[in-house]
Amino acid sequence: MDFVNMTVERSSVQLTKADFESDQMVKWCPGCGGHAILSAVERVFPKIGYRKENFCLVSGIGCSSRFPYYVNTYGIHGIHGRAAAISTGVKIANPRLSVWTVTGDGDSLAIGGNHFIHVIRRNVDLNILLFNNQIYGLTKGQYSPTTPMGKVTKTSPQGTIEHPFNIGELVIGAQGTFFARVPDNNINLMTECMFDAAKHDGTSVTEIMENCIIFADKAHAEVTGKDVKDQNMLILKNGAPMLFGKNNDRGLILKDTMLEVVEIGRNGVTVEDILIHDQYSKDPGIHLMLAKLAPPEFPMVFGVIRSAMFPTYDDLVEEQIKYAKETSKIRNVDDLLNSGDTWEM
Amino acid sequence: MAKKKRPVIEREEVVVKFVGDSGDGMQLTGSMFSDVAALVGNDLATFPDFPAEIRAPQNTVAGVSGFQVHMGSSKIFTTGDLVDVLVAMNPASLRANLKWAKKGATILTDTDAFEEKAIEKAGYKQSPFSDNSLESYNMIKAPITTLTKESLKDQGVDTKTAERSKNMFALGILYYIFNRDLKPSFKYFEEKFKKKPELININKIVLQAGYNYADTIEAIESVIQVAPAQMTKGRYRNITGNIATAWGLLAAAERSGRPLFLGSYPITPATEILMELARHKSLGAKVFQAEDEIAGICSAIGASFAGAMACTSTSGPGLSLKSEAIGLAVITELPLVIVNVQRGGPSTGLPTKSEQSDLYQALFGRNGECPVIVVAASTSDNCFYYAYMAAKLSMEHMSPVILLTDGYLGFGSALFRIPKMADLPPILPPIAKPNDPEFKPYRRDAETLVRKWAIPGTEGLRHRVGGLEKENITGAVSTDPINHQVMVDLRAQKVEKVADFIPEQEVNGPTEGDLLVVSWGGTYGAVHSAVSQMQKEGKNVSHAHFHYIMPLPKNTGQLLKGFKKIVVCELNSGQFVNYLRMKFPMPNFYQFNKVQGLPFMINELTDNFNQLLEDK
Repeated sequence: MDFVNMTVERSSVQLTKADFESDQMVKWCPGCGGHAILSAVERVFPKIGYRKENFCLVSGIGCSSRFPYYVNTYGIHGIHGRAAAISTGVKIANPRLSVWTVTGDGDSLAIGGNHFIHVIRRNVDLNILLFNNQIYGLTKGQYSPTTPMGKVTKTSPQGTIEHPFNIGELVIGAQGTFFARVPDNNINLMTECMFDAAKHDGTSVTEIMENCIIFADKAHAEVTGKDVKDQNMLILKNGAPMLFGKNNDRGLILKDTMLEVVEIGRNGVTVEDILIHDQYSKDPGIHLMLAKLAPPEFPMVFGVIRSAMFPTYDDLVEEQIKYAKETSKIRNVDDLLNSGDTWEM
Repeated sequence: MAKKKRPVIEREEVVVKFVGDSGDGMQLTGSMFSDVAALVGNDLATFPDFPAEIRAPQNTVAGVSGFQVHMGSSKIFTTGDLVDVLVAMNPASLRANLKWAKKGATILTDTDAFEEKAIEKAGYKQSPFSDNSLESYNMIKAPITTLTKESLKDQGVDTKTAERSKNMFALGILYYIFNRDLKPSFKYFEEKFKKKPELININKIVLQAGYNYADTIEAIESVIQVAPAQMTKGRYRNITGNIATAWGLLAAAERSGRPLFLGSYPITPATEILMELARHKSLGAKVFQAEDEIAGICSAIGASFAGAMACTSTSGPGLSLKSEAIGLAVITELPLVIVNVQRGGPSTGLPTKSEQSDLYQALFGRNGECPVIVVAASTSDNCFYYAYMAAKLSMEHMSPVILLTDGYLGFGSALFRIPKMADLPPILPPIAKPNDPEFKPYRRDAETLVRKWAIPGTEGLRHRVGGLEKENITGAVSTDPINHQVMVDLRAQKVEKVADFIPEQEVNGPTEGDLLVVSWGGTYGAVHSAVSQMQKEGKNVSHAHFHYIMPLPKNTGQLLKGFKKIVVCELNSGQFVNYLRMKFPMPNFYQFNKVQGLPFMINELTDNFNQLLEDK
C-alpha cells in the first residue's frame, strides 16, 4: 500500500492516530455511525503519511458536517450544501493540501446537488466522504434524496413519493472517476477504501452507509445486517472474481448485456466464468451496472467500484499557469499596466 | 489629397454618439474614435449603451446599440448629457436618440437605411426626412451603404462584407469633421486583422473613402478642433471600470504577496472582470468559473482559508445569492473581496442599465449581525484604486469587503494615469508565523481587533473555523450567551475601527455653508460638474463625494453639521440618505433621486440645488 502523491508533502516521522485526535467533545448520539467513521479517518490519515499540517477537512451542514471539529487538522465547517464548492477553492488555491470533504445525503444530494455533480465533472483532486444515512438527522427526521420510496418520515407521514438517488449511479453519471461504497460497520473495509480514495488523483466519492440510530435505525440492515450480509453484500477486490455468499459460492457473470447471479458448481459454472473486477477501467459501463445492483435479486456491491485515471482540474490549472508564465510577455502588474496603447501626456 | 479650406472651429469639449442596429459595429466604431481622441491628447470618457439582447429584431428601437464619447481639452468628468454630433445608421437609432441631440447638433445618417420598411419598423409614421422634425439640426444625409459598396467595387468583395464595413465609412466622415489623422486606425486594422489580411485593405479603403467623401460635400461647413487637454503629466491609457477593477485586484495580489483567486459566475454587467482576470494566468491569477454564484463565493472562501487573496465578482441578483456565504466569511473572519457591479433591479431588472440600488443589500442584506466593509468607486479609472484598497482593507482587517461599482462605471471608460506599483500603499496581511505559541484562531490585535491568518500547511497552527459561533480567542464551538454577545460586538468594532485607516472625507468647496451636496459611487462626474458650475456662478454650495461607506470616514458627522441643508443625490430611492439619517439624526437632510437606469443630467442636478438654495 505505498504511493506518493508528489504534490502533497510527506511527514518525516511516522504519525499515529493520536496526532489527529482533537480536544473537542464529540457530540454525535451514542451508537451513531459517525463514531466508527471518525475512527477510520484517524486510522487512515497516519497511514497515508502526509504531514499532519497538509490535511484540510471541509464540511457543509448536518450531523456529518461536524466532523472537522473532531479531527486535529486544518478545517472549515461551511454552510449547507456548499462543502464541495469550498473544497474546490481550497484545493485550487493550495494544491499542496490533501483535502477531505465531509458531507451527507441531504447536504450533497439535495441543497448541494449542483456543486456535487460539478465538482465530480471537473475532477478536482478531493476526497468526498458522503455519510448516507437516508435521513435528515440534525433537523430530526425528514426524508432525504436517498430515503427509499414509500418510507414514512416526519415529512412523509403516508410514505415518500420520491425516487431516491443511487449515489454511485449519480457519481458515474456526472463522469465520476472514483466511487467506493462501504458500510459503517466494517472499519477495515472503510479504511482500505479511504486509503484508495486518497491514492486516487481526482474527485473520489466514498459513500458510507451510515446508521442513524435515532431517525432511521437499521435503514441499511437489510443489506449489511449480520444475518444477511453474506448473501446481500459483494465486496469487490481489484483483479479478483466478483464472488459473494457464505462460502464465496456465488458470483456475477455478464449475460448478454446484463449482469446475472450464478452459483459456482451449478450448471457447470466455475470460478473461471465469474467477472473479474477492474476498478481502473476507464469505461464506466460495468462500474455503473455494479453500482446499481441491489437486493433482493442481486447483492449490493461494496469496496472500490471505480478508480479511473483522468487529468485533474487542479493539475490543469497549474499547467495553464506554468505555460502562461513561460510564454507571456506580461510578467508583473507594471508590465500589464503599460501593455497595449499608452501615451505620455 | 487636397483638402478644402474650411474654417476650423475650436471647441473645449464635444459629445459624439454613434448609434445603429445591434451588429452595425457601433461599439467598435466608438472605441476607435475615442482611441484616436486619446492619442491626440484629449481627455475623455466613454459609455456604451446597448440592449440586453445580443441581436434584437433588426431595425427596431429595441435593437439600437450606441456608444457615446465625451472628449475635451479640459478635464472630462462625465460621458456627456446631450450630444453635439450624432451618427445614426438607421431610422430606429435616430428615433431613439434624437432626444439626446442638442439643438443645432450635427447628425450624420445613412440615407440608404431609411427605406420604407425600416422607417415603419422604427415606429415613424412617415420618413423623418419628409416631416419637419430634423429642421433644427445640421443634417449630413449620405448614402453610406451605396458609397461603401462603390468604394470596394474593384476589390472583389461580396455584398455582405462590403455592407458590413459601412461603419468605417461613417467613421471616415467623422475623422474628417474632427480633423483626425487616419494612420492610427490603419495601424489598428493591421494589428486586428493579422490573421485575415484581406480585411486590412477593405477597412483602409472604406475609411479613406468616407474621409474623402466628407471633403467633397457641402453639408460640412467647418471642421472641429479639440485641443489637447492639460492633464497631470504622466503615462495614460484608456480603461473601462471593469478592466480597472480586475487590474486593481491583480495589483493588490502582487503587492500583498498573496496569490489571486477569483471564483465567479458570468453575470451582466460584471462578466468582464471574470473574463479579464482569466487572461492573466501569467501573473498567477487562479480564476474559477463556478457552476453558480454561490459556488463562486464559496470557492473564494475556501481559497481565502487556504491563503489566497480571494475575490468574487457579481451584480445585484448574484449578490443576493451570495448573502449566506458572506455571513460565513464574516463569522470566520476571512479576507474576501466581493465586487458588485450594480445594475437596475429588483430581480433581473434592467441588466444593462446602471443603478445604485444595492446599497442596502451591501450594508444590511444578510442574516444575523453581520457587518462588512463597504467601499465604492466613483470613476471608471479609479475602480483600479478602490479595488486595490478593498483588497488591502480586506486582508489587513481580516474581513469581507463589498466593493460597489456600477454598470455605468464598469462599461464606461476614462483616461487612466498609469501608476507605478512601487507607489501604491503597501499591503501587510496579518499572517501567523509557524509554531507561534501565542496563536489562537480568535486571538486579536489589541488595536485593530484583527485575528491572525493561519494558512493551512503551516506547522503548528492547525485549527478549525466555521459557521457556528466560536468562543472568543480559543475558537472552540460555543453557544454561551455572553460569549455570543462578545463576538457580535467584536466583529462590529473590528469593522468600525477601519475608520482609523481610511482618509478623512474631503469637501469640494467651503466646509460650512448653505448647501452641502452629498453623493457616492458612480455619480461623481455629474454631481461634481453640477456643483463646480454653480460654484463658478458664485453659489454657496459644497460637495462631498463618499468612497468609504462602511465605516464612514471619522469626520463625517462633524462635516455634515457645517451646513444648513444637505442634499444627498443617488440613483436609487434614497438608500445612502437614510443610512446617514440613521447614523446622524438631523432634520436637514434632503434627497434627490432618480431610478430610470440612466445617469444624472447636470442640469437636473443644478435645477434641484438652485431650488434648495432659494427655498428658505
